[in-house]
Amino acid sequence: MSTFHGYVHVPFCKVRCGYCDFNTYTATELQGYPQTAFISNLQVEIELAKQSVGDRELQTIFFGGGTPTLLPANELAEALELLQRNFGIADGAEITTEANPDTVDESYLKTLKSAGFNRLSFGMQSAVPEVLATLERTHNPAGVAENVAIAKRLEFQTSVDLIYGAPGETMEQWQESVHAALAMQTDHISAYALIVEPATKLARQIASGEKPQPDEDLQADKYEWLDYTLAEAGFEWYELSNWSRELGTASRHNMAYWQGMDWWGFGPGAHSHVAGRRWSNVKHPTTYAKHLSEGQIPSIDGELLSVIEQQEERAMLELRLKAGLQLDVVKSLNESHAKAVSELVADGLIDGRQALQGRAVLTLQGRLLADFVLRKLLGL
Amino acid sequence: MSPRAKTRLEPAKTNPDFIRNFCIIAHIDHGKSTLADRMLQLTGVVDDRSMRAQYLDRMDIERERGITIKSQAVRMPWELDGQTYALNMIDTPGHVDFTYEVSRSLAACEGAVLLVDAAQGIEAQTLANLYLAMENDLQIIPVLNKIDLPAAQPEKYAEELANLIGGDPADCLRVSGKTGIGVDALLDKIIRTVPHPVGDPNAPARAMIFDSVYDSYRGVVTYVRMIDGHLAPREKIQMMSTRAVHEALEIGVSSPEPEPTKGLGVGEVGYLITGVKDVRQSKVGDTVTTVAKPATEALKGYSEPLPMVFSGIYPIDGSDYPNLREALDKLKLSDAALVYEPETSVALGFGFRCGFLGLLHLEIVTERLEREFGLDLIATAPSVVYEVTMDTGTEITVTNPSEFPTGKVKKVLEPMVKATILAPKDYVGVIMELCQGRRGVMIDMQYLGEDRVQLRYTLPLAEIVFDFFDQLKSKTQGYASLDYEEDGLAEGDLVKVDILLQGDQVDAFSAIVHKDKAYAYGVLMTGKLRELIPRQQFEVPIQAAIGARIIARESIRAMRKDVLAKCYGGDISRKRKLLEKQKEGKKRMKMVGRVEVPQEAFIAALSTGDEKKGDKKK
Repeated sequence: MSTFHGYVHVPFCKVRCGYCDFNTYTATELQGYPQTAFISNLQVEIELAKQSVGDRELQTIFFGGGTPTLLPANELAEALELLQRNFGIADGAEITTEANPDTVDESYLKTLKSAGFNRLSFGMQSAVPEVLATLERTHNPAGVAENVAIAKRLEFQTSVDLIYGAPGETMEQWQESVHAALAMQTDHISAYALIVEPATKLARQIASGEKPQPDEDLQADKYEWLDYTLAEAGFEWYELSNWSRELGTASRHNMAYWQGMDWWGFGPGAHSHVAGRRWSNVKHPTTYAKHLSEGQIPSIDGELLSVIEQQEERAMLELRLKAGLQLDVVKSLNESHAKAVSELVADGLIDGRQALQGRAVLTLQGRLLADFVLRKLLGL
Repeated sequence: MSPRAKTRLEPAKTNPDFIRNFCIIAHIDHGKSTLADRMLQLTGVVDDRSMRAQYLDRMDIERERGITIKSQAVRMPWELDGQTYALNMIDTPGHVDFTYEVSRSLAACEGAVLLVDAAQGIEAQTLANLYLAMENDLQIIPVLNKIDLPAAQPEKYAEELANLIGGDPADCLRVSGKTGIGVDALLDKIIRTVPHPVGDPNAPARAMIFDSVYDSYRGVVTYVRMIDGHLAPREKIQMMSTRAVHEALEIGVSSPEPEPTKGLGVGEVGYLITGVKDVRQSKVGDTVTTVAKPATEALKGYSEPLPMVFSGIYPIDGSDYPNLREALDKLKLSDAALVYEPETSVALGFGFRCGFLGLLHLEIVTERLEREFGLDLIATAPSVVYEVTMDTGTEITVTNPSEFPTGKVKKVLEPMVKATILAPKDYVGVIMELCQGRRGVMIDMQYLGEDRVQLRYTLPLAEIVFDFFDQLKSKTQGYASLDYEEDGLAEGDLVKVDILLQGDQVDAFSAIVHKDKAYAYGVLMTGKLRELIPRQQFEVPIQAAIGARIIARESIRAMRKDVLAKCYGGDISRKRKLLEKQKEGKKRMKMVGRVEVPQEAFIAALSTGDEKKGDKKK
């Protein structure tokens, strides 16, 4: 039985970073939409969602963005309160917000804590000023450690996000960032290879030769080094880009995505998955507000997944997890699965013993080639 | 000046004294079709309203490329000094690939208009056809075309023509096919100087087939020139080479639309329709006679067309194989020179080994297959026919490099050509360099005028089938022209170079090359493939080998990363859609062993020209 989860998308940023293609808006891009209207819009969507979903308790909640912490702490508290009032929040639920190190301080975090937040994910990205400059991140790297220390003192679970493979980033710079992150002694680390998304400023800079193309081989080296170093420091991977100190500190909210659970994404551009249906909200806050004012769920792009599509998604998501993918799923999708599995084992991309137990579990090399492994398993 | 003829002479009853059969010899874009258009208009056989450019070129490709592939004959009336004449213009193909067809067209004429662009002078191909015309004792009428062009130098080129064929430069007519200037004078001159046909009207019928085309409505239309006797509709006719008997369902002349007649008499040119569906039943050069009164001796000059160049043709989508077969079967009906047989390639799947008269023929056939039958094709690098003798004495004919034997080879014979190249003298150096680089041996060099030179070389055919002509054109800024004729076989120090991907031979890339060039070929192909084949999840060595000996190697480093870092809410749908896209892309991949090779890589690797300097793979 699917559990139910909530995501709240706060689509505001002070500045737009060159690599980012998320649905977020700076003050000028909002075209007159007042950030202060956000909570009241959210309230309407939450109430509509309640009517649609019925009585389902939230197992986890995640605030992402954008920059959720651009909102005053009491507004985030209020949003949580709205969810509590409409759906109810399970005992011991994991309640996370992403936090920009420059937008929070002790009193801000205290407010969140007393509202019920219990996990903070800091957008650290790098500890190296040159790399942060390439990414156009404006925060002061020293602020991350300070805030993590405060969060730990306030008994939040903590995580930092890192990005590797920014144009020009050397192996040494990456190692410096990872060491800095480890020094903060967070419970959790996420590390993402930089993806150059089309139509971003970074993509244009690379196309024009202003910045170098990210080097995929170097990214692979960085991933391998990272995995080794984090393991030495007592972290274990549980998803391709996520490492946790212990099983209990893995992000339960993100696991819900990967295990195909139901969630409602609130806010402009947020994606939802409920009862085999996927949709996303309209992107711009103004349009979002307009739909809501007319009493409509502001969704577009709805699709009801076929059984095969559901199975494909399951393969796609579970393969990325430490627990791996049940090979039964593959058997129904690919006639020549046995050959595929044996070749993948022979090439050292999935674990042989686990395969015999009926699971496809990626090796370190396999993790770096996960998309290839997936295509091969699905016979594509 | 002659007026249009008021009456036409009736076919089948025309006195040979009033018939003139001529052809036009010209280089590809020297304006032959345009001149023919003007003649059609001037003689009134095509009225101005229905006139269209290059009226006689029937295939789209012909019209687009401005070249004539298949010839045709048109009967036109013209009056001179109060007498009406019937002029038969026999259009000849203008390309070296079709020399045999040209020679049969020439054999159907008594005169030839030598048409030369007044801005460019004579070209190698024209020279070759002129030579053929003179061998056939044709009366040559030199004509300079395009005199309306600002760049025209009629004086200079009249001199050049006079030097070639003798006579006075002043005798050289000046015309413009575009404006029509001088075309009437040319028609007059044809009547005055071209001898009328001579034959025995009472002898058994003998007609020479100079062209045979397939028409989807009427079946094969055979174009003939009557030499002796008479042919009439409903008569049983016989092809002398095959002894096959058909009924002449329809006989007629083209002027230029087909007009049925009561028959054809001595010296006349026209067509026969027998209801046959395959042009092979009606071979160019063959002699037609009647069953009732058969001739005993066939006309001279008949020979079977021999393919010179071979290439494997494969459908890009394997499921198109039956369609390709059907398309070739259909094409064969109208192209007697096309030969093919099924072939299997490890890399390319099922296809056909096709034989062509030459490179242009190959290009035209593949283009027609793609255009008229909607097929996407890959053609392997063209190769020639080798005669291989083994130490054991066994002899093997190799038309596909992958058939080249592996054991001890005693000798290899390869086809040679005699090439004639005409170019301004400034380019002699680069041409010599090119020919020597292609194992050419110079026969002689001659100045045609003050600044134009004719070079003659003996070259292996294999050296010119790939990109020789392109190279020649680019090294001479397009000024050089090339003609070649077969020149027997010669022994060559040849080896087969194989290309291996991860140890698996890719048959489509095997090539037979001269020993001294094997290394260069190996380096070129391995380098090209390294650029073209995407990285795989394992390292892929690419090797070039002669037998078991590796002569060049490259490797494609293993792909180490193929994963999207993130997969959250919105990424999930995106990623699934990406998967579906990749599924499509996969269809265009061919497996060589475990290596996925995109179709594009095959096409690019097999295509001529410089390799693109793309992003170097690391």
